[in-house]
Amino acid sequence: MNISLSITKNIHDWLFSIMPESVASIVEMVLIGLLYLVIFAILGLFLVLLERRIAAWFQLRIGPNRVGFQGLLQTMADALKLLSKELTGTTKADKFLYNLAPYFVIVSSLMALAVIPFTKEFHAFDINIGIFFLIAISSIGVIGILLGGWASNNKFALIGAMRSGVQTISYELSVALSLLTMIIITGSLQLSEIIEIQKNGWLIVQGHIPAIIAFMIFMISGTAESNRAPFDMVEAESELGAGFHTEYSGMKFAYFFLAEFINMFIIAAIAATVFFGGWLSPFGITESIPWLGVFWFLGKTFVLVFLMMWFRWTFPRLRVDQLLTLEWKYLLPINLVNIVIMALIVWLNLTIQF
Amino acid sequence: MERYIFYIVALIMIVSAIASVSSRKMLRSVIYLLFVLAGIAGIFFLIDYNFLAAVQLTVYAGGIIVLIIFSVLLVHHIEMKLEVEKTSKRLVTAIACLIGIGVFVSTIYSYDFKVTDISTTTTTEDIGLGLLSYEAGGFILPFEVISVLLLAAIIGAIVIAKGKKLESNNEETI
Repeated sequence: MNISLSITKNIHDWLFSIMPESVASIVEMVLIGLLYLVIFAILGLFLVLLERRIAAWFQLRIGPNRVGFQGLLQTMADALKLLSKELTGTTKADKFLYNLAPYFVIVSSLMALAVIPFTKEFHAFDINIGIFFLIAISSIGVIGILLGGWASNNKFALIGAMRSGVQTISYELSVALSLLTMIIITGSLQLSEIIEIQKNGWLIVQGHIPAIIAFMIFMISGTAESNRAPFDMVEAESELGAGFHTEYSGMKFAYFFLAEFINMFIIAAIAATVFFGGWLSPFGITESIPWLGVFWFLGKTFVLVFLMMWFRWTFPRLRVDQLLTLEWKYLLPINLVNIVIMALIVWLNLTIQF
Repeated sequence: MERYIFYIVALIMIVSAIASVSSRKMLRSVIYLLFVLAGIAGIFFLIDYNFLAAVQLTVYAGGIIVLIIFSVLLVHHIEMKLEVEKTSKRLVTAIACLIGIGVFVSTIYSYDFKVTDISTTTTTEDIGLGLLSYEAGGFILPFEVISVLLLAAIIGAIVIAKGKKLESNNEETI
């Protein structure tokens, strides 16, 4: 196997110097797994807090501000509360699938997190099909939602799950095609190479008009794929209770909830990596200090996360038929034409290079 | 290390394959099948064939399994159980399966596999160039034929889904 475990070379060398090789590689894998779990938990918790503060800001409220400084510990307290809650379930539910469903959702988003480059060094799984792997993984998460909705033996949950399935299957196409538009410029699916190419200007600048169209399509379909408002028919509160996770409680509910926020982060991170140069600094101003890359990466990602939250609190929810019309009659044809335009631009060398 | 990972993945695949055919709840069978397909993707990853692994995940796990789950969700209630077949049918199936296993095992063990030291992964660039090359060993003709086949399938699906115009009043079209 050719996994490039390039997270901080020093730790890697140190581990291999004090242990035999086989033990050290296992220890390294466990450490990386734990590290990503910690990132997952912290990101999830603070994205929830960010969402609540931003929601409050949009609605002219203050939001959570009592627990800790400016409410920073609010979501930690919520997580502790959820941990201590009883795990209930319906009596006639399919227990095995009911308990399995949250793990599908959470494992698929963890796997997607592994291929995202935080900096040049901090990149757990740099395979040569990076983007394709992300698309493949994102199509698995929906299985968890479908299972959770069906296995909890609840009509509303089932309807929510079906809506989610329809939505995710439709919008996957647009996500993949809009990324493919950018792949035409880079000529590589590997995320580290995609970033390397952007040293001559971010792809949204290199590809100018078609790249901006692709970015808009990606953000719309990414929002839809992570089941967020205005595309949150999966859990439309006024119609379906809580949608597919109506019957879940305690930590199992928290898994779905965290995974939703992590998926939003992943969509924003892919957009930041593919369109805005990932950990590259603008005009290479901090190129001499490589570890600053993580701040640029997180900065770009959180601007895009803010954009997605802005969508959520600005637009009203779409109906199912409007949602499908938007995808199949507008986004998909625009996307197909866009790919042809991008191919022409790359062929005629009309890209903007610095 | 890789040997153990292979054994673990293989064990998961065999157990879930057996569970998939012996489970009496339809959706559980589908999920066991998903484990088998994901296990195959895992083995592709293990032999460093990343592209095929991702295709396996997209097409089988993400596409076909989701479609099967959809159809199960539409037709199957949670309290329904699949019926157990008659003993004679089960016997015939068991014999057919054993013959199948025998053929595969004998073929695999009689073939002389060559062990290579270097493992090189196939990049997507190689695959793309291979698909578009029209020289000897290129795949441009099958590629085009398959695209025509897919186009025919898509048009066929649309025609079937639309139905006849006169019947559209009493038949729901999805």
